[in-house]
Amino acid sequence: MLCNMNRRRFLQATAATGLVASQGIVSAWAAEPLKIGFVYVGPIGDYGWTHGHDTGRKAIEAHFGNKVKTTYVESVAEGPDAERVIRQLAQQGHGLIFTTSFGYMEQTLRVAKQFPKLKFEHATGYKTAENMSAYNSRFYEGRAVVGHIAGKLTKTGKIGYVASVPIPEVVMGINATALAARKVRPDAVVRVVWVHTWFDPAKEADAAKALIDQGVDIMTQHTDSPAPLQVAEGRGILGFGQASDMKTYAPKAQLSAMLDLWGDYYIGRVQAVLDGTWKSQAIWYGFKEKMLAMAPYGEAMPEALRQEADAIIAGTINGSYHAFTGPIKNQQGEVVVQDGARMSDDDLLKMNWYVEGVTA
Amino acid sequence: MSLELLGPMLLTVIGAATPLLFAALGEVVTERSGVLNLGVEGLMLAGALSGFVTVVASGSHLLGLLAAAAAGAALALVFAVLTLTLMANQVATGLALTIFGVGLSALAGAGFVGMPVAALPKLAVPGLSDLPGLGPLIFGQDLLVYLSLALTVAVASFLSRNRSGLILRACGESDVAAHAIGYHVIRVRYIAVLFGGAMSGLGGAYLSLAATPMWIENMTAGRGWIALALVAFGSWRAWRICAGAYLFGGVTILQLYVQGSGRLHVPSQIMSMLPYLATMALLTVMASRPWRSRFDAPACLGKPFSPPA
Repeated sequence: MLCNMNRRRFLQATAATGLVASQGIVSAWAAEPLKIGFVYVGPIGDYGWTHGHDTGRKAIEAHFGNKVKTTYVESVAEGPDAERVIRQLAQQGHGLIFTTSFGYMEQTLRVAKQFPKLKFEHATGYKTAENMSAYNSRFYEGRAVVGHIAGKLTKTGKIGYVASVPIPEVVMGINATALAARKVRPDAVVRVVWVHTWFDPAKEADAAKALIDQGVDIMTQHTDSPAPLQVAEGRGILGFGQASDMKTYAPKAQLSAMLDLWGDYYIGRVQAVLDGTWKSQAIWYGFKEKMLAMAPYGEAMPEALRQEADAIIAGTINGSYHAFTGPIKNQQGEVVVQDGARMSDDDLLKMNWYVEGVTA
Repeated sequence: MSLELLGPMLLTVIGAATPLLFAALGEVVTERSGVLNLGVEGLMLAGALSGFVTVVASGSHLLGLLAAAAAGAALALVFAVLTLTLMANQVATGLALTIFGVGLSALAGAGFVGMPVAALPKLAVPGLSDLPGLGPLIFGQDLLVYLSLALTVAVASFLSRNRSGLILRACGESDVAAHAIGYHVIRVRYIAVLFGGAMSGLGGAYLSLAATPMWIENMTAGRGWIALALVAFGSWRAWRICAGAYLFGGVTILQLYVQGSGRLHVPSQIMSMLPYLATMALLTVMASRPWRSRFDAPACLGKPFSPPA
């Protein structure tokens, strides 16, 4: 009896303690900042892609102050290793996780299913879930500007393209460049060299040399380091920066650069989580939503060409210009997109063929 | 692709092979003394950053190269103390050294991203460097390229013809015997590890000062591991390692040029595999029977040695 009493009291006592404790946890939880995790494919100091996302992360910190706490893991290889990193961030209680490379898509999806209460944002992919959004920038809009400038300025008619990994995103960029270039210079070709890595400065530089030695006089790239542009500067040709303004590496050569501006989107999504209004979505923003911009034009840009480039940007924003407007022919010369038709977003995101004028 | 392209292409090949050659030559000396240092990648990054920072600060490339070698050696000293004096596992310590080198260089170098620096000047021999065709190829390289080739000769003759080289090899083949004859195994290994570190540092500096004159985190992008593989595939001989480095660099560059020519339509994935396939194929043939050397890996490679009291 006494023993029972004791046990009952003990149980009451523990229940009470538990209640207090759990309330304590709840209130502490409410005051706790939202933890936000970032997974990066390269180092934050790459001066390109990852640097751009990290600038977005810093924008979150500056905007929300101590209401949020951000963490990042850099140089995470695409593939199985990424899943471990994403899961670890999830287990550490990150309420919102940004995975910023195409190759994290399946891994993000798998972890998202295991942690239904957490929110995930995956960059440049096409798969979504209840708690996983996809976001991407319409880089092809910028590539069209690049292609136009390149087509106008090339003397040899050969435009170099140091390409990373053959996924639709990269193929789309190559095609957008070629289409815009051939609009102003019908015999222009885009010579592509694949390096099969996002980040290897020395190899990117070697690819640029391989192109320049074979007559290319405008350098474009879809890899993450400033090395190809630096080679262009050294060899006295012109080129474009990638993902951030790379003027310090190529003060004479850089004509412009496509700038990735993730900050506004990131701030909006964090606000949505804080307000409890976050919903899964798939967005694809461009010049119009200011997720993309062109860096200030370099000295080598003639005044008339600056205006033409600005006109393309303005046309893109008001909807009168679209990089993938027919007629578009494939490499075999067959018309794939009819005159005046525009390719749909779905078709663009699945693009796995080259347009006429691309050699790869 | 035409014949005129051969010259510029070979110039690019030299640029791709040189950093690998430095790191692999250093590692072969280390491994021949019986120590397996898997930290090459970290050592290269330490060298790349120190060389870059020194050139930014002093403007002197020579000082930069000295700093790169010193930084590589200093980081290698940490490895040596841990594995040779404190008897830590060499594999684990080497891996830790790589991770440490990657992180430390990224942290220390954060402020140097985006800074321009002048490339290591190419030597110009009046008259000869301007000869058409072979002129710039043979007489127009930078200091490090000539140094890497000279060091290939030096390491090869050191390991096969020099008394100190034979002592070093004795330590790698049979530490107990070398000790019994009266050689100071640990001291020899310390020197070998430091030499390896300095060479890896120079290999890294070639990247940050000559190939792509810039500092970016993790800019070696795995070359340390390729250098390690070259040592094994080159069956621990300097000449074969040099051949392996140039073969690997050569095929890497060749496939980039073929892609850039836009003429040959082979999937680029296959082209990217070629350097690895070609290097493995050739060096496997070299390691097979007719050319097989009497011994392959140093017998005491990776084994800790504590001198009997």
